[in-house]
Amino acid sequence: MTVVAVTVTALLTVASGLTLVRIIRGPSILDRAVATDVLLAIIVAAIATEAAYSRDATALPVLVVLAVLGFVGSVSVARFAVRRDPE
Amino acid sequence: MTLDAVLDIVAAGCLIAGALLSLAAGVALIRFPDLLSRMHAAAKPQVLGLLLVLLGCALRLRTGVDITTLVLVGVFQLATAPVAAHMVGRVAYPHDEIRRDLLLTDELAAHIDRIRADRTDRPEVSDAASAPGRG
Repeated sequence: MTVVAVTVTALLTVASGLTLVRIIRGPSILDRAVATDVLLAIIVAAIATEAAYSRDATALPVLVVLAVLGFVGSVSVARFAVRRDPE
Repeated sequence: MTLDAVLDIVAAGCLIAGALLSLAAGVALIRFPDLLSRMHAAAKPQVLGLLLVLLGCALRLRTGVDITTLVLVGVFQLATAPVAAHMVGRVAYPHDEIRRDLLLTDELAAHIDRIRADRTDRPEVSDAASAPGRG
């Protein structure tokens, strides 16, 4: 299981690094919102992998909070982008 | 080979598959040309990747209350990811950041003038509606 944990950690690290590049470069705010959603999904995957590796369910409520947070975040960014656009 | 070992191996496969989908989305976010194709790639770790990782986690933990929490996370993600993607896509549509030459079909093209007019009208309405509630 250690090999699996190291592999998953490496894959998720590379993925979150590439996503961060898109968040920094992303030409519009919607690109950044989409990339932030992906980053949040990667964080959820990392926390779930840690819980699976150590057989410890302490972090599982954090997953529920993060799932709610991603939805509220991208929806409010989309609303904000509509309102700001014509000015 | 016991049942525990088999479940652990299946869980490991699910975790690695979910991580690979996240990596694919990371690469696609860098390489894809416009917002709509990036949204297409971004949905993979949000739905399938996350469900695979949660399945792997559930196969490792194997207790009722933990699996209930994981199912809750999965169901919530399945319900909200399409709504968020729809709102982002709908906001992005009338702007120039979408490469229309890459679209095979554009069913909203006939209504683009109406969407643009609607978009310019809406801020005044929403500002007037939200102003009393803000103070």
